[in-house]
Amino acid sequence: MEKITSPYKWGMVIDLDRCTGCGACVVACQAENNVAICAKKEINEGRNMHWLRIERFWVGEYPDVRGRFLPVLCQHCHDAPCEPVCPVYASYHNPDGLNGQVYNRCVGTRYCGNNCPYAVRVFNFYDHEHAWPKPLDNQLSPDITVRSRGVMEKCTFCIQRIRRAKEEAKGEGRLIRDGEVQPACAQTCPSEALVFGNMADPASRAARLARSPRRFRLLEHLGTHPSVYYLKGGGREHV
Amino acid sequence: MSEHTIHPKSASRMNDEMLSSLKPPTLRWYGLAFLLGAVVAWGIYAFSYMVTTDMSCTGLDRPVMWGVFIVNFVFWIGLSHSGTMVSAILRLSQANWRRPILRAAEAMTVFTVAVGGLFPLIHLGRNWVFFYLIPYPNQRGLWPNFRSPLLWDAMAITTYIIGSSLFLYLGMLPDLAVARDRAHGWRLKLYTVLAMGWRGTAREWVVYQQASTLMAALIIPVAVSVHSIVAWDFAVTVVPGWHSTIFPPYFVIGAIHSGVAAVITLMIVIRKAFHLEEYLTPLHFDNMGKLQLVITLLWSYAYFVEVQTTWYAHEPIEWEVYSFMAHKYTFILLLMLFGNSILPIIVLCFKRLRRSIPVMLAITLLINVGMFIERFLIIVPSLSHKNMPFVWGTYFPSWVELSITAGAFAGFALMYTLFAKTFPMVAMTDVHEYESQKALMLLGRTRVPSLVGKE
Repeated sequence: MEKITSPYKWGMVIDLDRCTGCGACVVACQAENNVAICAKKEINEGRNMHWLRIERFWVGEYPDVRGRFLPVLCQHCHDAPCEPVCPVYASYHNPDGLNGQVYNRCVGTRYCGNNCPYAVRVFNFYDHEHAWPKPLDNQLSPDITVRSRGVMEKCTFCIQRIRRAKEEAKGEGRLIRDGEVQPACAQTCPSEALVFGNMADPASRAARLARSPRRFRLLEHLGTHPSVYYLKGGGREHV
Repeated sequence: MSEHTIHPKSASRMNDEMLSSLKPPTLRWYGLAFLLGAVVAWGIYAFSYMVTTDMSCTGLDRPVMWGVFIVNFVFWIGLSHSGTMVSAILRLSQANWRRPILRAAEAMTVFTVAVGGLFPLIHLGRNWVFFYLIPYPNQRGLWPNFRSPLLWDAMAITTYIIGSSLFLYLGMLPDLAVARDRAHGWRLKLYTVLAMGWRGTAREWVVYQQASTLMAALIIPVAVSVHSIVAWDFAVTVVPGWHSTIFPPYFVIGAIHSGVAAVITLMIVIRKAFHLEEYLTPLHFDNMGKLQLVITLLWSYAYFVEVQTTWYAHEPIEWEVYSFMAHKYTFILLLMLFGNSILPIIVLCFKRLRRSIPVMLAITLLINVGMFIERFLIIVPSLSHKNMPFVWGTYFPSWVELSITAGAFAGFALMYTLFAKTFPMVAMTDVHEYESQKALMLLGRTRVPSLVGKE
């Protein structure tokens, strides 16, 4: 069988020095990906549907206390713990290095969610198909399904945008240019803390940033080889 | 000929006694069956409520995505372990005291594995597409993922349920023929079909002996592999507290621990319910008690090793899981250690206590309460405090999960009750065989057993 290869290895660099914790990425993700709007009750129960969360930590002693922020989304691991455990291949790896999720194949064993060390997979405990009160349902994206209850979902790096850019590039007989496609979170970030790009292209902005000496990856010791790189915050409050 | 042991009872009298469970049911039996049926119906109601609304009625959340359903799964598969295994090991080692308890143990395996096998399906988010897990041919060429431990589970449990049902059926074959010869009405029809024309010729016995020995030898590796595979569900993950190489042997020992306890409990219940005091004597409880003691010691050692290696390495995330467990679940942790290890070790050392039926009942029930807690403490604390402290959580089962659990226990009891009323509960063939082997006869100037079994 022919091995499927791809000129793309999508990845992201998140500069923690630039992140202000404003939460615009979370809102953008929600708007772009038909992420269900959750009631306060659901969030209290730990059943919120956010694909991207901002972890907030307090650092230092009063009165010199600083907030530090860590945006955490699916790390699109190259050795993803969620993939082999899925009994129906709902969680799979695509040639672009993305960690895909097939919603209508998912039976809801929630095994992937347990095995994800980053806890970025969210499960539809509630029936969210009518979670958009009028007129919010008009903003639902036609490119993406509204996930039914009992299904696991997670960040896709806005795969619908990547698909569209690929088709355009293919029509013009070229590869996707650096910066031509970016997910909603990176596009929205006012301080450009999130940079998305093709890691297989050493000249791309993301690949160049990922070579920074400040770079690290979350839970690197687990050997999951994430596609998301973080750049360590260097401020004086950093401990 | 004073040494010639003659059993005071004739064969047909013994058959009468051992088949007494097949007498027409009393009003009390109907009452019990109705009660159990009501609890099962309540469990089914809770399940259909969950399926028709959504899974928010459970206590599950992120990060604790597996809860009491999976605890039940591991617990029931664990229980299923011993029936067949105890029976097979004792058959192969020719332990004669095994004979009256064989059937009870083997039937327990079949029903517990049937109950346990339901839980992975109950816990699915979309139960109505469970068939995606089955490797069936379809026009899209979609296959299940053979790398997933859940699929290994499905294979192992299917093998085990088929194997243990065959084992049970094979052992029951000659007894069914005896029952057939005494039955009327629908029972006659049922036993005629099931006995497959057994007449008890010499050739039939030879084949029967060979088949049951072979089956006993084959079922042991299956039993061991099933619980290893259940352990792999946890051991192959990267969840702290789960990712441990000791899990497969530890789970197998744990399974035998709870299984042996359940066999003893059932022996006590059956003895009382069907007045089989002459066949299930204190000797049997003494021997089973010794077996339980050995398994308790093994389990305690395995538990100690598991905790000790974690403590010694003091890997921060794993240690967090353990400290969280000890703080949040102190009471049930102590109850588990006491009921699973400390108390049985002390009590089972004394012959008088091993031979006391009430003591054995209390100890074995306590062991199974402890084993249920143990499964809970393996699954829930690890998920509650995984690698990312920002999404640590807690879990408490909801009424739906508890109702389904109650329904499972009642369902098992109901199936067992129906089975006991329909099929011979004591392995008559094996008891008879032993009785005739025990009878000595003179051959020249020596005394030899009248029959040498081929086993």
